[in-house]
Amino acid sequence: MSETMFEKIWQKHRVLDRDDGQTLLYVDTHLLHDGGATAFDFIRNRGLKPRAPERIFATPDHYVSTSTRKVEEIEDPRHREMVEKLDRNTREFGIKQFGLGTEGQGIVHVMGPEQGLSQPGILLVCGDSHTSTHGAVGALAFGIGSTEVAHVLATQTLWQRKPKTMRIRVDGTLSDQVTGKDVILAIIAKIGAAGGTGHVLEYTGSAIRGLSMEGRLTLCNMSIEGGGRAGMVAPDDTTFQYLAGRPHAPKGAAWDTALDRWRALPSADDAVFDAEVSLDGSAIQPMVTWGNSPEDALPIDGRIPDPSKAVDAERREQMARMLVYMGLEAGTPLSEVAVDRVFIGSCTNSRIEDMRAAAAVAKGRKVAGSVRAWVVPGSEGVKRQAEAEGLHDIFRAAGFEWRQPGCSMCLGTNGDIAQPGERVASTSNRNFMGRQGPGARTHLLSPAMAAAAAITGHFTDVRRLLAGEA
Amino acid sequence: MEAFRTLDAVAVPLPRPNIDTDQIIPARFLSRPREVDHAGFLFHDARRLPDGEQDPEFALNTEAWRNARIVVAGKNFACGSSREAAVWALFDAGFRCAIAPSFGDIFSNNGMKNGLLPVVLPADVVEAIIAQVEADPGARIQVDLPAQTVTAPDGSVHGFEVDPFAKHCMLEGLDEIGLTQSYEEEIAAFERRFGRENVR
Repeated sequence: MSETMFEKIWQKHRVLDRDDGQTLLYVDTHLLHDGGATAFDFIRNRGLKPRAPERIFATPDHYVSTSTRKVEEIEDPRHREMVEKLDRNTREFGIKQFGLGTEGQGIVHVMGPEQGLSQPGILLVCGDSHTSTHGAVGALAFGIGSTEVAHVLATQTLWQRKPKTMRIRVDGTLSDQVTGKDVILAIIAKIGAAGGTGHVLEYTGSAIRGLSMEGRLTLCNMSIEGGGRAGMVAPDDTTFQYLAGRPHAPKGAAWDTALDRWRALPSADDAVFDAEVSLDGSAIQPMVTWGNSPEDALPIDGRIPDPSKAVDAERREQMARMLVYMGLEAGTPLSEVAVDRVFIGSCTNSRIEDMRAAAAVAKGRKVAGSVRAWVVPGSEGVKRQAEAEGLHDIFRAAGFEWRQPGCSMCLGTNGDIAQPGERVASTSNRNFMGRQGPGARTHLLSPAMAAAAAITGHFTDVRRLLAGEA
Repeated sequence: MEAFRTLDAVAVPLPRPNIDTDQIIPARFLSRPREVDHAGFLFHDARRLPDGEQDPEFALNTEAWRNARIVVAGKNFACGSSREAAVWALFDAGFRCAIAPSFGDIFSNNGMKNGLLPVVLPADVVEAIIAQVEADPGARIQVDLPAQTVTAPDGSVHGFEVDPFAKHCMLEGLDEIGLTQSYEEEIAAFERRFGRENVR
């Protein structure tokens, strides 16, 4: 049997195949957030209700305030209504909601793994493109639109045409301060923002095996930024240790049964993928993006690229436009670019390990006077753990704001946005034009690198800062 | 869903690569229910100058392309966020078809479930069509879903691939939930076999 892990999971969830190449797949776990009200409207208009509410889990994240936990204190009535609608819809249909202020609440892609809902071998969907995150535990997980969310609510199934597979191998040992974020930015810089289109990506190789669960979640999270339908990492002892004891993970004998099942999941040695990519992990440096696509990433010792040296006219024009939007000049060393804001958070980088990495840089240092720096933990659980470790005190002493969990400045649906022209060092996933507010200039990087930028006021190789050289 | 068979309409060029769904509809407009007309949110920020005035250079702001119903775009059109409101904004503004060398996967799916046909053509063909519509603003393109062809302004005809199931649903304006419910027996049988596995 030379099946890929993807193939094994696909086969297991097939309800039926049509002659025209479509497969109806059964969904194990459906995650919801507060942006999903429309899908409930769709099924309610048809007189339908969720088919399997026991397989649906919800938490508010997109529209919650990061300065209060009280719904009634959300200032914008539209935002407040979105949070209230999730509460009403989940109550009406008997869906488990991790509500505001409770231990489980958080960004849906932080909540899932943390609660042990994201498990190896399952098919998990959510109406959000970063659902690829959950593939880090060895699940098939991908984002869907509102009409598909309504379809899954009503039928617990989804029509799909089988995607292709791409294996991305990263071997070697990662250097100090090179994280899952730097690995995925290096991968996207190599394959391009459309490089994985139509494919499910499987990350493999010694550098991937060496990543913590948090690092793998970051890696898989940004699969969509490389065009991937989904991203996944084969489960191993790192995965099992992470999941053991989590609230919704199997317990006792069920755990042992699950382990047997999970150990059979990895792709066969002779499995064939539709595409293969490989990178040398030991060559990856801390990365920072300069343009308006995650593919526009450079090592921190790089310089802003020169459009006149672009491969073709289209790219030249595109680069020139991005430099204007970003307010950057070709040839400037990245390390000389000053930042106005720092955002440490989002479903990409707001887990406990991210908090620890940023706090290690912040400890005993001060945020530059010209910088406004935020730390937004990914979940109530992360927040409580970080506070138990005293990380919030480190951040506050350094001059960071320590805020309440939610999506926050990653996309600003809750109103947390940067001002036009402000330059943001952000641990999120998208540097698109206007993503963090009209005219805002976003640079993507890791939590430690973001903290370093907060301290020095410009992009800085965190290794040099920690060595006392910057 | 509104059925789609053929379309003869003005095509607007948006030649840039990687036009993401955040540009198509900024996140601050995502809390509106589907009943709200989304046309005014389409490229809300991208089509404006920093002072808020309409950018006369932006193709959709020009007279010749104001009534366009087809967008011809660079590669990886509508990548990024899964927001279905990107499709609604295009649809409500009159668009029924997008042509590009590649699309964000989720946008493609969303489009076909909302009567907006994504057509993938080779990069050189898309480039040629963009050149034609730029040279002759207001030029029309014909899209024939049953025949799976696009006829460019210069009369050249280009075949395209489309998923047979999605094609069927679009031609008939079929609603997938209704169709899936016709497989109730198979779903119930699967659930009996699958049991409570992975129920948490």
